[in-house]
Amino acid sequence: MNGMQSGQEIDLTAFVPEIAIAVTAVLGLLAGSWLPRYRQWVVRALALLGILVAVIATIISMTRAPEATAAGSYTIDVSLNAARLAILVGTAIVIGLASGSIAAAKRESEFHVLLLLAALGTIVLAGATDLLVLAAGYLLASVPLYALVGFAKDRLGTEATLKYYLMGALFGLLLLAGVVLLLATGGSTVYSELSRSLPRGPTAVVATGMLMLTAGLLFKAGSVPAHFWVPDAIDGATPPIAAFIATVPKIGALVALFRISTDAFANVPLDWSLMLALLAAATMTLGNLAAFFQRTVRRLLAYSTISQVGYLMMIIAAYGHPTRALPSLLYYLLAYTVTNLGAFAVVAAFASRRGVDDYRGLFRRHRWVALSLIVCLLGLVGTPPTAVFVGKLTAFTAALDAGMGWLVILAAANTVASVFYYLRWIFVLFQRDHVGPEASEPSGPTGMPRTEAASIILAVALGVTSIVVGLVANPVLELLSSSK
Amino acid sequence: MLSIIVFLPAIVAALLLFVPRKRVRLFPWIWVATSAVDLALIIVAWTGYIVGTGTGFGYEENVRWLPMLGSGYHIAVDGFSLPIVALTGVLFLACAVYSLREQRRTRSWVILFLFLQTVSLGLFVSLDLLVFFVFFDLSIVAMYFIIAGWGHPGAARAALQFFLYTFVGSLALLLGFIGLYLASTPHTFDMVQLVHQDPLKGDPVVAGIILFAISLGLAVKTPTVPFHTWLPPAHTEAPTAGSVILAGILLKMGTYGFVRIAMPILPQAWRDYALVFVIVGVVSVLYGALVALAQTNLKRMIAYTSVNHMGYIILGLGAAGLATGSNVQASALAVSGAVTQMVSHGLLTGALFLLAGVLYARGGTYDIGAYGGLAKTVPVFTGLMAVAVFGSLGLPGFSGFIAEFQIFTGSLGSAPVPTALSVIGIVITAALLLRMFQRIFLGAGQRSHDEAPPAPQASMKDVFSREFFAVAPLLALSVVIGILPAFLLHVIDPAARALVALVGG
Repeated sequence: MNGMQSGQEIDLTAFVPEIAIAVTAVLGLLAGSWLPRYRQWVVRALALLGILVAVIATIISMTRAPEATAAGSYTIDVSLNAARLAILVGTAIVIGLASGSIAAAKRESEFHVLLLLAALGTIVLAGATDLLVLAAGYLLASVPLYALVGFAKDRLGTEATLKYYLMGALFGLLLLAGVVLLLATGGSTVYSELSRSLPRGPTAVVATGMLMLTAGLLFKAGSVPAHFWVPDAIDGATPPIAAFIATVPKIGALVALFRISTDAFANVPLDWSLMLALLAAATMTLGNLAAFFQRTVRRLLAYSTISQVGYLMMIIAAYGHPTRALPSLLYYLLAYTVTNLGAFAVVAAFASRRGVDDYRGLFRRHRWVALSLIVCLLGLVGTPPTAVFVGKLTAFTAALDAGMGWLVILAAANTVASVFYYLRWIFVLFQRDHVGPEASEPSGPTGMPRTEAASIILAVALGVTSIVVGLVANPVLELLSSSK
Repeated sequence: MLSIIVFLPAIVAALLLFVPRKRVRLFPWIWVATSAVDLALIIVAWTGYIVGTGTGFGYEENVRWLPMLGSGYHIAVDGFSLPIVALTGVLFLACAVYSLREQRRTRSWVILFLFLQTVSLGLFVSLDLLVFFVFFDLSIVAMYFIIAGWGHPGAARAALQFFLYTFVGSLALLLGFIGLYLASTPHTFDMVQLVHQDPLKGDPVVAGIILFAISLGLAVKTPTVPFHTWLPPAHTEAPTAGSVILAGILLKMGTYGFVRIAMPILPQAWRDYALVFVIVGVVSVLYGALVALAQTNLKRMIAYTSVNHMGYIILGLGAAGLATGSNVQASALAVSGAVTQMVSHGLLTGALFLLAGVLYARGGTYDIGAYGGLAKTVPVFTGLMAVAVFGSLGLPGFSGFIAEFQIFTGSLGSAPVPTALSVIGIVITAALLLRMFQRIFLGAGQRSHDEAPPAPQASMKDVFSREFFAVAPLLALSVVIGILPAFLLHVIDPAARALVALVGG
């Protein structure tokens, strides 16, 4: 914590991004109650405006020195700012993806308000340096999403909500129990004090508390052993919401996990790094193995996100070398946000094509979208020069530097295995379609399959961004390792 | 200058994406023009290199790309890369000419090949491990699409196998590179700095592990026994131009990686494990030749002779690591022969695969037994094939002889027994190539009087002009190198000496 002053008074200007989102959510709710249905786009515009303000405030905040505010319970530093950016931009993209399907729907304003609140909760998770703030962030990031998963009120969505909610409640309970145990043994909820007091506590109780607390974060990240909800929720939700829960909550949860590992757990006499490494190994392997057998694109992407979290956990396991691991984690998260949302944008653009085989012949009809999908999928494999390649490169480097050669080799083996299912999807894009999907796809007035224009534009833009971020990785990395 | 050579094809490819579909008939010609311009630029660069210093790096460009990760866009040519770059230019032009009549999804075909040309050229000029890796990985992706998209019926499976195998190799390579990066101080991916630092001089264990990882990656790509199993299916199922580039260029990425990365950066480890490479080389030579002998499918047979030819390269490079005392000078000859072999194999095997494609276009099968007595009906084709066969079996007067002679002369002193064993490989290769030639072209015409319907040989047309102009220059170049090797060896020699000075004990 050197170089940071623990402000006892809360400097509200440091919280402009959070405040902007909260105010926008409240305003959106109020406005949504009064607006007629065909004018609910105002709420969408308001949400995007709020995000824009928050993004600008975040960029301004990046120029300032890191500080721990609110009596050390919330830390505004490069990690939080990078997480803020990724979360805000990700949320804006999801709003864009949803614009076609949600426009003038019955509950459009509620949709956007819930989305904003979930984003706010995720940001709080990323910034929390106090167990209670962390718990609050967890709840705020989870509860709106339960509602959003079942937003369409269809059979799959309802089932997904139920599973998501039950798992979330269980792991939320674990998280709260962990908070209690750590408070009892450490005598505080602030990370900086816990790092001093926890090593003196009874190791078994401290370890239990750490594990229970981590379990809650693993749930938000969709990591083993709290990953069971991921495929069902992603399969059951509408594509924009699936894109959101597959991407955004992980940012907050993983940054929080890194923060708590370095700031609170670092001195505890346990091999915490090994624990995280084992979780990472299990996550990437199980995610990949399960993805092999998926026939629908959403479940395939769901398991792919689980394996990606495994690679990200590998970086967190290297938290002992923060100068290498932290920029790597933040960069990987940014790269992952762009690339994963790019793949989901394609899914959102062709929402009626559920199976991998339904994408047969996409290249002939939608060349640019197909190219973008290829870029995003190969990007998730880690093919240069996409952004995730640089992320993976830094991840491997960080883990090797931390002496976890076995984990790096496992990650490499998993990467090879992942090629198998990503390529299967890529391959069908080029096959000729014998029975066109038009039969099942609702046709628009021109007779062409109805697709979401906004999603298509976003898909292509994200594919391009994924390459550009990879090519100009240096300034980004410089920014991310500027402080700390 | 060098960046223009590298990225010209990719820029043209990107522009082609915007050309409307109805102009698709122009695409093959645009490809030919682009490759011709690129080759002309390469020749200009070659001339400039000789006129200039003639040694060391020429046309160096070093742009800060990822200084945070100790990596930069560092490219240049020297005596090792220049011949391979020129080979790349020649082979892609040959494929462009050969593909002038390509009807299936012409746009994607042309764009993919142009992209692959940039990737190949970029790999051979890169002096930074990360840049090298980027191109290495992209070559796999591009070749995957070429095999899967335009191959024969079993292509999907073969392409996937190719991707998975070489991708495993590329990840091993990446881990090795990261190991080098972490070992160096200051941390860097720059090859020149790494050679200068020799970061693992005092740590033979780590050096051995890293050499293993890097060699695994390169050996899969080369391929050597026992990592060659992806090669025959990939070649058999690939379209003709794909096979040519796969054999002529992509395999060289493996062998080139040895002379560019593994040997100079890890000289001590290379010396320690040189015997392993010599043995792998000899086994590849013999195994490749023997398995090729058993093939009835023309393309599979050529694929296995590639394993055999790559084996000589590994043998020569391994022997350079074994050389001590007076043999060190001789081992420069072995390295020079290895590089010459890369060029020679590219030209001759490229020609053989093109001719196999010509045969398939007429007979519809690669089965050697389905043909017979073609010499009467298609004399020009027969002549071309005869030249390619004699070149490939290492007859004096062709590039293959120059290469193999240098390798054997240079290796004999430091590794006498393995070298003697691998000479047997030459004999077997000669036997199998001649037998193939005899079965297809000589004899009494239709030999197959069993149930299989013979190929329509009476009506078989001789080579078209585009086929002739794709194949003949490759063979002519091989002859030129065979008769006047000096222009090539003068370029390679200084680089080979410099490498031996690093590696030689």
